[in-house]
Amino acid sequence: MKGLRARVLLPIVLSIAGGVLLFNLIAFAFGQAPAAALRLAFEGTWGTPYGLGQVLFKATPLLFTGLAFEIALRAGLFNIGAEGQLALASLVGALVASRLPASLPMPIALPIALASAAAVGALVAFVPAILRARRGVHEIITAIMVNRIVDAVLPWTFSTVLGSASLRTADIAPGAALPRLDRVAPSLAGSAASFAFPLAVVTVFVGMALLERTRPGREIRWVGLRPEACRAEGIDVERRLLLAMLLSGAIAALAVSSTALGYKGYYELGLGAGAGWSGIAVAMLGRGKAIGIVLAAIFLGTLEQAGLVVNARVPKEAMDVLEATLIVLVAVASRVASRRVPVAKDEPESPNDKPVSTPASEEARS
Amino acid sequence: MSSILSLGMLAESLRIAVPYTCAAIGGVWAERAGVIQIGLEGILLTGAFTAVAVTHATQSPTLGLVAAIGAGVLLSLGHGQLTERARIHAVISGIALNLLALAATRMGLRALYDSASNSPGIEAFRFGPTGATGGAMLLRVLLDPVFFCALAAVAATPFLLRNTRFGLRVRAAGENPVAAASVGISVTRVRLSALVVSGAICALGGAHLAYDQQRFESGMSAGRGFIALAAVVVSGWRAGRAALACLAFGVLEALQIVLQDDARKTAIGDLIQTLPYVATLLVLALAPRRAGSPEGLGKHATE
Repeated sequence: MKGLRARVLLPIVLSIAGGVLLFNLIAFAFGQAPAAALRLAFEGTWGTPYGLGQVLFKATPLLFTGLAFEIALRAGLFNIGAEGQLALASLVGALVASRLPASLPMPIALPIALASAAAVGALVAFVPAILRARRGVHEIITAIMVNRIVDAVLPWTFSTVLGSASLRTADIAPGAALPRLDRVAPSLAGSAASFAFPLAVVTVFVGMALLERTRPGREIRWVGLRPEACRAEGIDVERRLLLAMLLSGAIAALAVSSTALGYKGYYELGLGAGAGWSGIAVAMLGRGKAIGIVLAAIFLGTLEQAGLVVNARVPKEAMDVLEATLIVLVAVASRVASRRVPVAKDEPESPNDKPVSTPASEEARS
Repeated sequence: MSSILSLGMLAESLRIAVPYTCAAIGGVWAERAGVIQIGLEGILLTGAFTAVAVTHATQSPTLGLVAAIGAGVLLSLGHGQLTERARIHAVISGIALNLLALAATRMGLRALYDSASNSPGIEAFRFGPTGATGGAMLLRVLLDPVFFCALAAVAATPFLLRNTRFGLRVRAAGENPVAAASVGISVTRVRLSALVVSGAICALGGAHLAYDQQRFESGMSAGRGFIALAAVVVSGWRAGRAALACLAFGVLEALQIVLQDDARKTAIGDLIQTLPYVATLLVLALAPRRAGSPEGLGKHATE
């Protein structure tokens, strides 16, 4: 237990301390008193119920994209295509939701909207997935290409399907909308947090439990750890890779629940952009635990909201700089910690034949 | 049709191919040394920003170019420190590098020019005749010092890798780091040196990108680093072929510009933009499986 604490918690605490220090430096460079900027950032996030609601709102898509990156990572895949998967899925999800009859009750309308988004997310993820599984092409390159294609297809869809002047979809059917959280917690009034947040938290816990406890989940993790051994055992490695990537895309797509369905009530270009990238940081900070992913998403949601609060004095991009730095800091710190505190390994290192089949899930975090 | 087969088209293709090629050659240097480098995108972007910022401040594109190369080397070395000394996963380091470059250049835009999208215009290198004829365009492209540097990098890389002591060590570190270490080569040092070369050449591409637009725009690398990486994979990690692949992308993109002029205001315009990416996917899907990949890519000499 002590070893676990040193291995898991210490790197995170040290990294966040480093992040705070970096923020102070940036604030100072922009001519702000660091303490004042920090106080402002705190007051705008955890200082008021509204700020807290906004934090939860910002954290919600990151819960989905963080889980999405984690699941692919466990199979040894880097799904850096969540950005495109989420964008196209949001458009289609919102389009479907806007065409549903207004009288359709929520238990039917909401699942339809979410399922159509998830299907599109999986479909977008299918391109890098199949190329990786069948042709051995690294998913990073192909996922970026797909992202760029989606970037071009979205405006095309808007101009052809929705009419050239249209910049947003029609309003979604009331049944497909997720109610705001202030319905049950009046003090959050005004904030954009919706029931997508509890939905996201449940998704993270269920998703991680499925990964740990079910046979397909276990096989996905085995494939990430020892692809050669799995192949020797007769596990269809390619199918597990495909499954992990499709799941990842579908889960990333569910982030539409917090943007189009839970907040705007329609989809417009750029809504939810950036969540795919931040999901990587969430997964790295989350250390492969459901509770870790939840806390990491709330932390990064805090950063995002804080960035908006201080934007007039310190550019909000400072928070993105912080996020990128945190990814590196956590990776380095936990690498150092895992060297200091040896982990009990039940198997020797596998001979890695090619970089794409190294036990990435282990190595990426170690 | 005449606009497709012309000197102007050739000039466009060459001009567009330069950033791709520089990034690809940078990728060849890093990956032949055994370091997975998906951070080329970030180095392109940083190179572009640094070139513009320094040129804007000093009115000297030469200084801007030097500064861009310096920034690229620093980032590349940082990646090397993280992957080779701290031993974090190279893909994670590369992702972080790209995110950092995107955020930091945006922050730089806000800090220096109080703009969220682009820098003010700069005076970049201007050699050769003015005028809009194809010949004049071609001359301007060919006489650009950055183009010349890029050409030199393409020509020198295969020679250096094949015939020099340093190149041999780079390849040894990339093919079999354990064996290289066992004959007394410091794999880490060789890899870091290769990354210096890689970062410098890649940043050159960033500077070209910015000088071409005569300003910096947020996120202006627009996936070029990744397309370059695809070119490296398709070429089997060989510099000459990677450069040819990049030239093919250049032709494709120039074609897309010409076609888009024709298809202006029609819905097809948006879809034509996907051409280079669809082509990349197709080539990757049809190319032979990872032929020519350095055996020691992503592996270390010691545990």
